[in-house]
This record gives sequence, C-alpha cells and structure tokens, in this order.
Amino acid sequence: MVDLAHDLSVGHSSRLVAGLKRGGARLWIGVALVGILLLVSLLAPLIAPHDPIEQDLMSAQLPPAWINGGEPAYPFGTDSLGRCVLSRLIYSARTAVVVALIAASLAAVIGIAFGLIAGSFGGWVDQLTSRLIDVWMAFPPVLLSIVLAAVIGAGLTSVIAAIVVVDWTRFARVVRAETMTQLRRDYAAAARVIGLSRGGIMWLEILPNLVPLTVTLLAVEMGIAILVEVILSFVGISVAGDTPTWGGMIAEGRQIVHQAPWIMALPIGCIILSVIGFNLLGDGLRLLLDPVQRR
Amino acid sequence: MRWGEIIRRLVLIPPTLFGVAVIVFVLLRVVPGDPIAMMIPPGATPADITRLRAFYGLDQPILQQFVTWFGQVLNGDFGRSISVHQGVFELVLARLPATLELALLALLIAVGLGLIAALIGIHLRGRRMEWLVDIGIGVLLAVPDFLWALILLLLLGVLIPLLPISGRIDPQLDISFHSNFYLVESLLTGRFDVADALLHHMILPALALALPFAALVARILKTSLAEAEDQDYAQIARARGFSRPEILLREVFPNALIPTVALGGVQATLLLGGTVLVERIFSYEGIGNMAIDAVINRDFPLIQGLVLTFAVLFIALNLAVDLVVTLLDPRLRHG
Repeated sequence: MVDLAHDLSVGHSSRLVAGLKRGGARLWIGVALVGILLLVSLLAPLIAPHDPIEQDLMSAQLPPAWINGGEPAYPFGTDSLGRCVLSRLIYSARTAVVVALIAASLAAVIGIAFGLIAGSFGGWVDQLTSRLIDVWMAFPPVLLSIVLAAVIGAGLTSVIAAIVVVDWTRFARVVRAETMTQLRRDYAAAARVIGLSRGGIMWLEILPNLVPLTVTLLAVEMGIAILVEVILSFVGISVAGDTPTWGGMIAEGRQIVHQAPWIMALPIGCIILSVIGFNLLGDGLRLLLDPVQRR
Repeated sequence: MRWGEIIRRLVLIPPTLFGVAVIVFVLLRVVPGDPIAMMIPPGATPADITRLRAFYGLDQPILQQFVTWFGQVLNGDFGRSISVHQGVFELVLARLPATLELALLALLIAVGLGLIAALIGIHLRGRRMEWLVDIGIGVLLAVPDFLWALILLLLLGVLIPLLPISGRIDPQLDISFHSNFYLVESLLTGRFDVADALLHHMILPALALALPFAALVARILKTSLAEAEDQDYAQIARARGFSRPEILLREVFPNALIPTVALGGVQATLLLGGTVLVERIFSYEGIGNMAIDAVINRDFPLIQGLVLTFAVLFIALNLAVDLVVTLLDPRLRHG
C-alpha cells in the first residue's frame, strides 16, 4: 500500500528525474562520449585543420606537436604520406558514425520484424525463423562479415550490408523471446478481447513495450558496428581508396609502427573511447528505461 | 550428455559439414565479384578470360560446379588455390599447426589466468576488495581480442620493446623442422633455445586471444564456486571442522568445474575465431591470416577449404567439451 501511494504521488517529470538519476554516471559519461563523437563527425569540415587526403611529402611522419620535431600546424603529426593525422582521425569518425547509425538501425528493423513475426505467430513460422537464426549463429561472425564484405565489393554499402546481414539475429532472438513474454500478459489478452487484430496488438501494445529493450540493444549494436567497420577497414576491404578510416590508419601505422607509433596509437584510442561510450550509453539507457527498475 | 548422445552427435557431423559447404559455396557464387577478374593481367583478351574460367570450372552452372567440387572433396581433393597455385589441402595442412599451437597456448594461458582470478575473487568474497576483481574481469571482457592485440602490440612490442611483434620465428634463424608443429617438435627434441624463440613470438598474440576468454572463465568459475559454497554439503563440511581452503579445493572446486567447462567450452570457439584477426595483426603465418588473404584475392577453392577447416575445428571443439563434461560429471557418466 505504501508503495502504491508512493507511486501515485510521483508525477511524470519527477519520474524522469528519478530515471536520470538511476542511469547515473554511466549514462552521462556515455552521452558525453557519444555526443562528442557525433559532434566531431558532423562538424568534420569545420574542425579538421587540413584536408584528410592532402599529401605533403616534405613533412612526412612528423611526430605530434608536443614532441621534439613536431609542428604546430599538425597537432597529432603526419603519416608516411605527410597527411594530417588529426584531420584523418576526424574524418574517420564520420565514416564510423555513418556505418554505426545506418547499419545498427537496419539490423534493428530487420531483427525486430523477424522477432515479432516469430514471437507472435509461433508454430512452424517460429520454428523456421529459429532454425534460420541457429544456422546464422553457427558461423564465426568476423569471418562471415569479412567474406561478405569482400564478395560484395569495396564501399560503404557493402560494409553496412555485411554488418546488417550478420547482426540482425541479435535483435531477432531477444525480440522473439520478449514478444512471447508480453503476449502472455493480461493487457495483451485484454486487447484480444476488445477485438484488436494481431497486427493491431503488435503495433499498439507489444511494440511500445519493446522500446526500452531495443533502444539498449541499438546502442550496444552501434558500438559493435564501429568495431566491425574497423576490422573490415583494417583488413583492407572497407570503403574504397582514399576515404580515411580508423582501421585503415591502424593498418598503415602497423607498417611503420617502430618509426611512428602514434599513427597506430591514436585511432586505437578513438575506437576504445567510442566503443566504451556506446556501451555505457546502452547500460545507462537500460537502467533509465527498464520498467522493472522503474517500479 | 550420455554416450548415446555423443554417438548421435558424431552421426550429425557429416550433414552439418555438408550444410556449411553448401552455404559457403552458394554465398561465394551468388554475390557479384569475379575471381578471374582479379588474376588476369591487363592485356588479357576475352578468349584468355574464357579459357581461365573454363580451367577453374567457373563457366559451369552452380549445381554442376558444386557436384564436381564436392565429389573431389569426398576423394580428399580440395582443388587448387587460384592465387597461390598450389593444392588447397597441402596449403591448409602446412599452416594449420601454427594456428593450433597458438590457440592451444592461448587456451592454457586463459585457463591459468581465469583460475587464478576466480580463486582470488572467491577468497575475497564478501570483502571490500572483491569489487576490484569484478571490475578487472569486466574490463577484460568488454574489450575484444583484436583490440587487445593492438594494445599489447603497442605497449609490449613498441613502447617497451620486450617482445617481437611479427611472424612465427625470427627470419634470420635458419632452422629446419620435420613437421609444421614447430613448438611441439622443438620441445620434444629438446631444442629449448628454439622453443624459447618460438614462444617469444607467440606470447603477445596468445595473450590477446587469452585475455577476454580468461575473464569469461574467471566470471563463470567465480559464480559457480560461490553457488557451490552455499550448498548443504559445503556447509556440512564446514560444520565438521574442515578449513575453508580444504572445503574449496576438495568439495566446492570439482563441482564448480562442470558448469565452467560446459559454458566456457562453448565460448572457446570464439577464441578460435579470434585467431583470424590476431594472426593478421601479428603477421603470424596460420590459417586465419591465410583466410584473409584468400578472401582479398577471391580465391574460391581456398576460402571453401579454410571455412570447412574452421567448421571441423568448431565441431571437434564442441564435441571435446561435451566429452570432458561427461567424464567430469558422475550423474551423466552413469546415466
């Protein structure tokens, strides 16, 4: 009874405040890191000191500005072709963000659709979808995405396609299980009693209840998509030619790691910060949105 | 897992491998991308291209190609690599020992580290220091193996140049081996200086593969140990006056081992899959590094051979885990 009274007295706005508190430091650090990443990639042309593909062979392999021999014009130094490392890092963030946003969203849409269908129809539809997911999970994901990206050919689309094709199962499995759970609840039965169609129940009742779960998964998937893009561009089968990528910078830096270790170290730092950012954001959102924790 | 179940699993292996073969074969051929276009010199005439395509059988319908290829595979012939111009079977067989040695070393390191971390964690159970162990495990688990490879390469290979970062052995060392199991062979024949050089090259890649897996082993084992310690038999042993280390070692540990092997074993395939990138990063000449080259060169026969090899390894590993669990668990042994 005390709990009930307490619940009633708490208004909507203070519930949001409570939620933000519950998300805690993780949520805020996650929001900050992801926010910086988005801002940097959005404003890349404004904040990059140089054109990322502009070569200056006269000033190749310059160390960062604060080390002896560095130049203030190149804050993070230059690579073996004399390209500005800071500018390349900034434009690489752009590639990473585009891949993360599009690939993760597409994987989510496809995975949620499959999960909803399997979870709500049950029977042979569910059997078929589940077996499909099982077969998918039997392949090593990294090898599968490398093979996929390679056979489709270089380009942003092929990277995104490889991630979507490999990772939709993450959403499908979870959404399928959650749909089944929700359909057993009283509110779903009530919706059936008042004569809502299967599609109506899915759209009006089940889907809104899946939001906390899928938003969390989406944030985590964006971190995974960034890692896969890095892997593919490291291997050399991501976007074509000149486009700067963190993975490409690591691969180039690997060749001259003894002479210019910063070329490899800096993109690794960016990747770690981005991935931690998305993971913390996912964690924070789960705590913020989870209806069980909210109660 | 009973013995009948294991026999059933053995029977299921050929159809599973057949399924993998079909999927890879079809996947490589339905998507655009032409291996012949990758290998022709700029001056090739259309007639040359047609001849090459016919030579590798790529002008046949997919079903026909598959029947031909699979028939040859059944006779132990995996075809010829398009990019290296050698038999796929010989190529894979020459490189496989390098990957097996690396994966095995990584597994040993992971189990060792995981065991130590779990025991420290359970020893500190309920004390303030416990959260330090948990956070350490969490961080190790959150960073994937290929990032560990890059971090270790920079830290221990470049910043503090303790260990070599490329290849399997120093190229200037001219050593001949009878087999491709360099490490095992040098250990067995007592050439410990060679083994030492090999291990120096293997430690960083093996550690990169081991760290996330060690964290996983530690987490599962620590949870299982905590659960087992709360069971009646452990309480009774305590009531009978056994010390805590004795109870942990004699009563709790054997029972915590079963879920650890069962759950950890399934994840060990991830360690095996991780060799692909980690070998690439450390220029280690195993089948993972070879797989990336094969994919870049669109070397269809080699990709098919390598994917089948990985599938066989995955299945063998899962089966081995089930066998070990069966041997460990008296309920299943007599079931």
